[in-house]
Amino acid sequence: MYNFEYHEPSSLADALSAIGSAEDGKLMAGGMTLIPTLKQRLAQPSDIVDLAKIAELKGIKREGNSVVIGAMTRHGEVATSDVVKSAIPALADLAGNIGDPQVRNRGTIGGSICNNDPAADYPSAVVALGATVITNKRRIAGEDFFTGMFETALEPGEVVTAVSFPAPEKAAYMKFRNPASRYAIVGVFVAKTSGGVRVAVTGAGACVFRQNEMEAALEKSFTPDAIKGIEVSADGLNADIHAGADYRAHLIGVMAKRAIAACG
Amino acid sequence: MTSPVSMTVNGKAVTATVEPRTLLVQYLREHLGLTGTHVGCDTSQCGACVVHLDGKSIKSCTILAVQAAGGTVTTIEGLAKGSELHPMQAAFREHHGLQCGFCTPGMVMSAVDLAQRKSDLSEHEVREWLEGNICRCTGYHNIVKAIQAGAAAMGSAKA
Ligand SMILES: Cc1cc2nc3c(=O)[nH]c(=O)nc-3n(C[C@H](O)[C@H](O)[C@H](O)COP(=O)(O)OP(=O)(O)OC[C@H]3O[C@@H](n4cnc5c(N)ncnc54)[C@H](O)[C@@H]3O)c2cc1C
Ligand code: FES
Ligand code: FES
Repeated sequence: MYNFEYHEPSSLADALSAIGSAEDGKLMAGGMTLIPTLKQRLAQPSDIVDLAKIAELKGIKREGNSVVIGAMTRHGEVATSDVVKSAIPALADLAGNIGDPQVRNRGTIGGSICNNDPAADYPSAVVALGATVITNKRRIAGEDFFTGMFETALEPGEVVTAVSFPAPEKAAYMKFRNPASRYAIVGVFVAKTSGGVRVAVTGAGACVFRQNEMEAALEKSFTPDAIKGIEVSADGLNADIHAGADYRAHLIGVMAKRAIAACG
Repeated sequence: MTSPVSMTVNGKAVTATVEPRTLLVQYLREHLGLTGTHVGCDTSQCGACVVHLDGKSIKSCTILAVQAAGGTVTTIEGLAKGSELHPMQAAFREHHGLQCGFCTPGMVMSAVDLAQRKSDLSEHEVREWLEGNICRCTGYHNIVKAIQAGAAAMGSAKA
């Protein structure tokens, strides 16, 4: 690991000024992606600004029909939160199946969505539930936040402060896990919301995407059988040592059916 | 670019002067001489380095020492009371939960975190929990048995 200057601000304002005055600063949340990247010398930031001591970025609260989760909330806290479990059990379930217990004790929702790994779990929930990503500058619709592989709508120096998830009528997430890392080879989040049915797919493409054909079929009948005839094309899907594009296309259908069945 | 970093390790206040890039596992092994915590991989996947920070199990190879500053750390050296093994360590010995022993410090620390949450554990719960701990030797069977027994012993010691 190359050396860097370490900052541990206790307010968002101090974090913004530290990142603003750094030559090539990097924010750190749980470090579960950033530290492995630094260890491999794939990045050489001049400064690291640790968000861990900023109280305003932490915690889970219910606001009307939504659950608002602070950016620095750890996966393990989301998985065991009574607020999340009662309002959006599928989200608690998703968080409880990220990586392993030690990753869940450190990794955060803000770090996960800002990193936007093509195989990350949270982006599917953000898109399917129609969540809003809140930053120090603005509110971004979940769907507009993820712009490509490891890319987001964030501007330089912009910090995610929270994610607001409206509670759905029904929702479920199913992932076909990579047997080694537990990242999603394919993960499908299905949600029946007041704004309609949304199906978000992670792991299969460069970044999370909606499966419109399934959504249309499920609007008519919210049953696994409703999507039986839909052929998912393998065009543009990921192919790597873990799974080919055809196999991923097939898994989208299988995971979607299981998720719909799990919605009950 | 070094600075003094202080924390509580196994009940004792400690300070070492390190660089920001020093990992917690390096701080423990190289600066404090606590070599019970192992490094088995470079990818945050094997769990040989698991310690507790403020009561929760974490991978000490994937956190900087400066991030743990001010915190309370427990390593495998901090479990036994003198010559009396911790119930989880005793269960690993009793049930032959180790062969070469390289993964064992991380296995035990991970297991203690689980047992603090629940003492009556199914085989399935233990296996799910061990997602982040890899063992090259045992095939896990006796590790799982040891953890079930160790958690039960910890539960009855508390009661
Ligand atoms: C062994 C292992 C297994 C894993 N398995 C899974 C899995 O199954 N599913 C899954 O989804 N993930 C998995 N992960 C990734 C894990 O969920 C990480 O926690 C997550 O990707 C990054 O979150 P973090 O809080 O650790 O962020 P960090 O690593 O600290 O940061 C990641 C990036 O986001 C930026 N960032 C962080 N917070 C903010 C913010 N508030 N505003 C703006 N930018 C910010 C940082 O600058 C950095 O570029 C795994 C990781 C490991 C090590
Ligand atoms: S050495 Fe920390 S996970 Fe392998
Ligand atoms: S006992 Fe040898 S690695 Fe587990």
